[in-house]
Amino acid sequence: MANTNEILIEVKNLKKYFQVGKHATLKAVDDVSFFIRKGETLGLVGESGCGKTTCGRTVMGMYSATGGEVIFDGVDVHKLDKKAKKDFARRAQIIFQDPYASLNPRMTVGDIIGEGIDIHNLYTGQKRTNRIYELLQLVGLNKEHGSRFPHEFSGGQRQRIGIARALAIEPEFIVCDEPISALDVSIQAQIVNLLIQLQQELGLTYLFIAHDLSMVKHISDRVGVMYLGAMVELASSHDLYEKPLHPYTQALLSAIPVPDPEVERNKARIKLEGEVPSPINPKPGCRFAPRCAYAKPICSEQTPILKEVEKEHYVACHLF
Amino acid sequence: MEKILEVKDLRVSFHTYAGEVQAVRGISFYLKKGETLAVVGESGCGKTVTSKSLMRLIPEPPGEIKKGSQILFDGRDISLMSERELRELRGSDISMIFQDPMTSLNPTMTIGKQISESLVIHRGMSKTEAMSEAIKMLDLVNIPDADKRAHQYPHEFSGGMRQRAMIAIALACNPKILIADEPTTALDVTIQAQIMELIADLQVKLGTAVILVTHDLGVVADVADRIQVMYAGQIIEHGTIDEIFKSPQHPYTWALLQSVPRLDTKNKGKLYSLKGTPPDLIKPPIGCPFAARCEYCMQICREEMPEVTVISENHEVLCWLKHSMAPKIDIPEALRGDK
Amino acid sequence: MAQLSKEKFQIIGCENANSDEILRASMTYWQDAWRRLKQNKVATTSLIILVLISLMTVVGQYINGFEFQLTDNNLSNVKPNLTHWFGTDNLGRDIFSRVWAGGRVSIIIGIIGAFIDTVIGSIYGGISGFFGGIVDDIMMRIVEILGSIPYLIVVILVSLIFKKGMIAIIIAMTITGWVGMARLVRGQLLQIKEQEYVLAAAALGANPSRIIARHLLPNTLGIMIVSITFSIPGFIFGEAFLSYLGQGIQSPNTSWGALASAAQPNLMFYPYQLFFPSLFISLTMLSFTLLGDGLRDALDPRLRQ
Repeated sequence: MANTNEILIEVKNLKKYFQVGKHATLKAVDDVSFFIRKGETLGLVGESGCGKTTCGRTVMGMYSATGGEVIFDGVDVHKLDKKAKKDFARRAQIIFQDPYASLNPRMTVGDIIGEGIDIHNLYTGQKRTNRIYELLQLVGLNKEHGSRFPHEFSGGQRQRIGIARALAIEPEFIVCDEPISALDVSIQAQIVNLLIQLQQELGLTYLFIAHDLSMVKHISDRVGVMYLGAMVELASSHDLYEKPLHPYTQALLSAIPVPDPEVERNKARIKLEGEVPSPINPKPGCRFAPRCAYAKPICSEQTPILKEVEKEHYVACHLF
Repeated sequence: MEKILEVKDLRVSFHTYAGEVQAVRGISFYLKKGETLAVVGESGCGKTVTSKSLMRLIPEPPGEIKKGSQILFDGRDISLMSERELRELRGSDISMIFQDPMTSLNPTMTIGKQISESLVIHRGMSKTEAMSEAIKMLDLVNIPDADKRAHQYPHEFSGGMRQRAMIAIALACNPKILIADEPTTALDVTIQAQIMELIADLQVKLGTAVILVTHDLGVVADVADRIQVMYAGQIIEHGTIDEIFKSPQHPYTWALLQSVPRLDTKNKGKLYSLKGTPPDLIKPPIGCPFAARCEYCMQICREEMPEVTVISENHEVLCWLKHSMAPKIDIPEALRGDK
Repeated sequence: MAQLSKEKFQIIGCENANSDEILRASMTYWQDAWRRLKQNKVATTSLIILVLISLMTVVGQYINGFEFQLTDNNLSNVKPNLTHWFGTDNLGRDIFSRVWAGGRVSIIIGIIGAFIDTVIGSIYGGISGFFGGIVDDIMMRIVEILGSIPYLIVVILVSLIFKKGMIAIIIAMTITGWVGMARLVRGQLLQIKEQEYVLAAAALGANPSRIIARHLLPNTLGIMIVSITFSIPGFIFGEAFLSYLGQGIQSPNTSWGALASAAQPNLMFYPYQLFFPSLFISLTMLSFTLLGDGLRDALDPRLRQ
């Protein structure tokens, strides 16, 4: 399917820290490495505070990297000059989570979608209008919708407008930053279907960030699980869900609600005690240790490294 | 089990500049003591308006609970109650928890004080009595170090803990009904599981009946006794949890059940999805509201509202497919006993 | 109930049903704001009053045929009657005409002053808010220093430099008056800057001027308009106050403040001389404030129904 072996993005030891006080450093992304092949979808899951959104935005170059590098098609994303940055924008785009905040309320839908076209001078006049209509139809909206304003649309429709905006300049790579989290379950399916269809038609590469595990599994070729800024497991979609190795992944999977009353009644849920601790000034060692049922002394001393435990299945855990 | 709440022909409209939006178009349902009723549907189907109307929390202009609607609780009609009666009702007989714990808690009051508030108002307790009761409530909702936490402010709590605090506030006076309006939508999946378990636990301990409003059928499968599915301001199907999950009858229910992502779907295959969006209720469709998106739509569906078909004592559906003259359509394969 | 025939039960599906169409008429932000404003009776009344007053300042002084500067010592301090509707002052000048001539000056000062303040303040606040960081820090410190200079001292200094009159007053009041608008615009910008649609534009490759012009400014306009409306009364009153101190408009020109100032010594004997200019100062200020209130509600996107 998508294993054309050519790596499009390589993230090496990426770190993104925020200074939140005199002696407080928020380590949102702490030494994360992964790669994405051309045409594939890498899913990134984790709960709030795990750093997945920060990771996505740092990969896009929207945040500077505190350490490590992001190499896009051989070029370091954070070392681009102004012109190169503009060219990079044509190759990598982003879709946001909040359909209500990601569209300028004062612009018509047509102008919102056309903005990229205008910035990069791709089309003018009638050709531009036609291209905008084409994009509207591509995401399942009508021509007439182009002259309307964002507040007249539902959440799902706005998200589709956001997708059309990202596609307008024909990127190769799209970071989908929780694009379905704010939508109803039935609308989520529409958007996911649309994204998959577009990937097949246009040969797109996705970094799909979400906290809904079932959706991520459905759309991704490979999935990475993040916890408090660290990547704890990375494997193919199938392997991760079939054979989760990291205790956190196991707990996460058992918490997914299944729409089947019998399964739910009989399910043995792995109970995770407590809450997710703060990513500010984290203690040394494995971040998950305080809540892990299998914690050993070494877990609070040494941070486990992400290593390949089975074919293309990586885990960062002292159990392996 | 006796019915503690009975809603008859509830109609709620909003008067906007563009016209009258009929958010709830004549629904009837009941709630029995101690049971959990799940109200499921997409955004805009009227489920939140319904739940807020039960406590008359809809501002009345521009909202309006139309004459002829009855909300019978404890022998009285809520739709006719005065402001004073409503104030006595809210928080002590019927309570509500909301979706966003961040904005539902007062940032300038300690959690303990917020819980004590309703105890002082409704139970006439003194501040000290109320505070110790509040600490007991925090314990009940599994917040560790309750006596310390009671003196903290909402911003010192995490999302999941805030939701628990909200539950504590709602249940402080041991209400007969707890309305939970999308209580887990804003939470992470592991916290979601904790909260739903907590609600189920407390329900057993305190005997509270729960109305759970949500768009997520997965959340419902674990805790609900009965489910009612709403679409465009109407209840298009309702039944016990087993009936709805094992033998759903309405095409919209089928669509909802099929849209729930499952771990066993084919990777990158097409997920079942409904096209389009629900109708704008400023101009509600004449016939069945679901006609424009239903793959089994018939001519009659566009012209007339379907009649209620009774399938069993608890299971009813509003669909022309159940009419004797309609073709027999089976439950989609994907939903049929998938073991 | 009509007979239900078999054909009605044939399945026809929903392929051609247009389920995505939007039924309501489209309304731009401004149309919606105007509609909301119209519903606000108080604001609409204020708007009408202001329009009437403005109209009068244009034509009022010509209506009853008395030139506002014309003195007539035989007719000094006449009470309001059918010829001199507002009476005359101690030099026999018709107060009705003087009120409208003066009103023209006061309102012009109010509007021009507010406008200058807004332009300077917006540009300054815009730059400060957009760039943030150390640029913002430095610019805001300057603003704080300027803002803490006592108003009166500035005015007196300015009037020592410039000849007393309308220009001097405007310069005096605007030279530090823009500070408030700068802070407002900066605050608004800081908020909007983090909105996702701004990030999206940046991700598309938009340069700063495009982001400011198309995304930040349009969403700040609402606040700016409201602020202008609220600051006009301040200028009108400021002018009145300065004229009262003798620093303002000099004879033979007049303004409401100058009229009030001149009438004050005669208050015990000829109260009507103070009454009329004061009435219009108050009415105008109140109307602008109420209109500003209404505008703020009408332009607030969150209050949209």
